Amino acid sequence: MEALTSQLEALLADNSIFTLQTLGYYGEGLVTTVQLVFLSLVIGLVMAIPLAIGRGSRHRWINLPIFLYCYVFRGTPLLVQLYLIYYGVVFIEGIQDTWLWAILEKPFVPALIAFTLNTAAYTTEIFRGAIKATPRGEIEAARAYGMSHRLMLRRIVLPSAFRRALPAYGNEVIFMLHASAIASVVTIMDLTGAARFVYARFYAPFDAFLFVAAIYLCLTFTVLFLFRYLERRLLAHLKPAGG
Amino acid sequence: MKLHKILSLGAIGATLVAGTASAEVDDIRIGVDVPYEPMEYRTPAGELTGFDIDLGNALCAEIGIDCEWVVQGWDGIIPGLMARKYDAIMSSMTINEQRREQVLFSEPYITPPSAWFAPADVELGTLSEETLEGMTIGVQRGTLQDNYATDMYGDVADVNRYATADDMVLDMDSGRLDAVFLDFPIGKSTLLDSDAGDYKVVGEMITEPKEYFGEGFGMAFRQRDQELAEAFNEALAELKENGTYDEIHAEYFGN
Repeated sequence: MEALTSQLEALLADNSIFTLQTLGYYGEGLVTTVQLVFLSLVIGLVMAIPLAIGRGSRHRWINLPIFLYCYVFRGTPLLVQLYLIYYGVVFIEGIQDTWLWAILEKPFVPALIAFTLNTAAYTTEIFRGAIKATPRGEIEAARAYGMSHRLMLRRIVLPSAFRRALPAYGNEVIFMLHASAIASVVTIMDLTGAARFVYARFYAPFDAFLFVAAIYLCLTFTVLFLFRYLERRLLAHLKPAGG
Repeated sequence: MKLHKILSLGAIGATLVAGTASAEVDDIRIGVDVPYEPMEYRTPAGELTGFDIDLGNALCAEIGIDCEWVVQGWDGIIPGLMARKYDAIMSSMTINEQRREQVLFSEPYITPPSAWFAPADVELGTLSEETLEGMTIGVQRGTLQDNYATDMYGDVADVNRYATADDMVLDMDSGRLDAVFLDFPIGKSTLLDSDAGDYKVVGEMITEPKEYFGEGFGMAFRQRDQELAEAFNEALAELKENGTYDEIHAEYFGN
């Protein structure tokens, strides 16, 4: 490791912007961005499944609150939601004295909450659409077999809905990755935060942002590759015959 | 040096010198860009005032010439000097190399200080790596304060970088920040004056080292006006010695 560091240092010797220190900022930024996006996507996904089922419910008191939640979080900019959660909570009287403050004090958790709620709302709508598009025949067949509603959901509706939702969900993952760039407005040193720091320090917008754009491209490529693979595996039955 | 000595002779001497001084240095016009509080701005009645204006007038009185202020937008302020719309600039202009190629600077007459501000109940004592260990400190992104705090304390403290000073003040109000590092005048007006008693200055005003905080503000002249610049440098030294400078400084920046 030490040898690698000194080698890198020699390589960067005549580069005034990309020193070990700034590369360190980018490195930490990469870790923060990946953590933030990954955690919010996983939690958002777990939340979205029951919400999507509830969204299709015939009972108004299940259906309506979920609709409102999705409507509000899809209808307002993520930046505004982030501001409200990070800066807004401090105006709740006495919040500093409760246990909540311990988790809301640092910017990471407020950002995670905003991102999670946002992606859960979008994912809910994606899944709802996919569930609604379940072919009538599959449901009738399940009923004919005497499956209960629950069993039918688990064995027939959800698995096929997930497959249909896969391409749209892949898009949502990429959108989320890019939307996470706003985390730096609440002082998080994510990838964009690192780039803004380097830009402000060296007055070098091209170097700072082109470098970070390249990192985002690599991340996006990884996500794309993963979803391509999943689609090839899970949607094989939809491929054109002989293809 | 001779001029310098005669100047301190007193009232009668001053009238006498006024004759000699104006033989070397004529009445001048000074370009200024307003507003930039508290350095230069207008009173509600529309009169020019501020640290630069008061100090400039005192300097002119010291030399024994009349000075007229000419208001000029910032982006045209050096071209205006070259075009002889006025003979000097005194407008919070930071001395730097690029400008030095075009204009002649006086000695710096002020280096805007930076200072640490903290909630009144936070005990910091003297600032050092030990006292800031594990603290969360706020700076405005890309400012010289950011560079300084990052290099000095970035390894021991959490440095939170904000887009605007307002965001930072809000986070200090909410208790997220233990201390902020700001331009002193901005910190004074946003933290000390508006929330009286909630905040305090920790430690000394900081203007060193120069590679972070710059050389300070200087008056700018045309390159060929060496004598004029020299006259203002001498007058500035005199005002610093006789206490006039400190009076004006205290009026705008407190003690």
